[in-house]
Amino acid sequence: MVKPEDLLYSDTHEWVRVEQTGGQKIATIGITAFAVEQLTDLVYMELPEVGRLVTAGGEIGEVESVKAVSPLYSPVDGEVVDVNAELPDRLESLSRDPYGDGWLVRVRLTEEAALGKLMSFAAYQQQCAEEGH
Amino acid sequence: MTRTSWQTPLYDWHVAQHARMVDFAGWSMPVQYSSIVEEHHCTRRAVGLFDISHMGRLHFEGPGAAGFLDRLVTRNVARLRPGKIRYGLVTNEQGGILDDVLVYHLTDARGQSFYQMVVNAGNREKIVRWISSHLDSAAGVAFADQTLDSAMIAVQGPQALAVTRALVAADLQRLSYYSGTVTTICGYPCVASRTGYTGEDGCELIVDRAVACRVWEAILAQGRSCGARPVGLGARDTLRLEAAMPLYGHELREDLDPFQAGLAFAVDLEGHDFIGGDTLRALRQAEPARTRIGLELEGKRVPREHCPVRDGDVLVGEVTSGTYSPTLERPIAMAYVRPHASYVGRPLHVDIRGRLEAATVVKLPFYVRPAT
Repeated sequence: MVKPEDLLYSDTHEWVRVEQTGGQKIATIGITAFAVEQLTDLVYMELPEVGRLVTAGGEIGEVESVKAVSPLYSPVDGEVVDVNAELPDRLESLSRDPYGDGWLVRVRLTEEAALGKLMSFAAYQQQCAEEGH
Repeated sequence: MTRTSWQTPLYDWHVAQHARMVDFAGWSMPVQYSSIVEEHHCTRRAVGLFDISHMGRLHFEGPGAAGFLDRLVTRNVARLRPGKIRYGLVTNEQGGILDDVLVYHLTDARGQSFYQMVVNAGNREKIVRWISSHLDSAAGVAFADQTLDSAMIAVQGPQALAVTRALVAADLQRLSYYSGTVTTICGYPCVASRTGYTGEDGCELIVDRAVACRVWEAILAQGRSCGARPVGLGARDTLRLEAAMPLYGHELREDLDPFQAGLAFAVDLEGHDFIGGDTLRALRQAEPARTRIGLELEGKRVPREHCPVRDGDVLVGEVTSGTYSPTLERPIAMAYVRPHASYVGRPLHVDIRGRLEAATVVKLPFYVRPAT
């Protein structure tokens, strides 16, 4: 069970979990419960292809709600090695389990500098409190 | 936006319900209380309550009122019988659309005749200025903007009349569509009309701002057993779009005329002299440069305002409103296109952020409520 407290966060509402696998650092990326709640009424999502090179802050897809479309950003630099391909057909996973079944992509890190710019859970909560409600 | 937002008399209620509030035309309004899709379905299947107090409510009385409004709007107001309401347009001398409005002819509790015009929130100040500039040359008209003194609540959906019947003194069931009356709700004076902006049956109620909250809560309590819920501007937009009702600033603008907008029915040209009338009589004979159409899309990406519409390599128009339709469960849009591309069944493409998505011209409205 993934605990939100253990993840890193971008100011554009993505979460990141970095794991060491066979000498490589793999980042699993998703969007936060706060982001999903703000979007509401999701109707469509587009994710990148496996093999795509991504840079921190660059667009990797889009998520569309009834009201508006929002870009998805990569919080890290690297190569997409896995995509949650079923997610666009069951967007309800995003509200049910944003930190588990609702993951978006896995990225093999080629550069770790961007990780230093990500926030802790406490700092991210502070940002949400300022943005919302 | 530098000025502070206006608040409707129900503002505190919305905030207490944790509605998501947005600025709309200078008003702080609820965009949704829960989910737009749920609020949409609630209105189509049961009943939804809408705070539409941001709409402008303008009052006209006196012996010159009918004649004044007759010149101001595209409908023949002079022939409007008491109790009747007409959808019309305020046009400028060039026939451009300044606003789309409802004109009510009503009789007050003392038997006195008066007129009321409901205008878009975003156009209220412009229309008030337009009216004031034309009042100088008119005699016998008393005009007042009553927007900030009153509240307006729309009750919409198949159960709307069943819910309001118990609270309104007049028998709304016996009022025909686009009729209204001065009556009471919960004992408080009110204007009740069989009108709306959702494509559903229902009514709209205007009450004094001091009783707005009591009336709103009474309707909600009365409707609880059949699932009544408050509905925000988000679902109001998806509902009106499915019903193909134009929205000012999107389908209606000053550089568009009523015929391009498909609103010929709202322009009385015969024996009716009004501002812009001569221009519109001439335009009626000409082929319009563009026309309002409906599009249904095959994919899941949603067309939004300003997306280009293409016929092969040729740019033929632009989307004015688009959304995901909760009822049809697919993206829909309204657009203006060149007449040759406007025929129902015509395959076109919408350019959504650089990618072409297949679309088909469909008959408007997208949604027609089932016959009861």
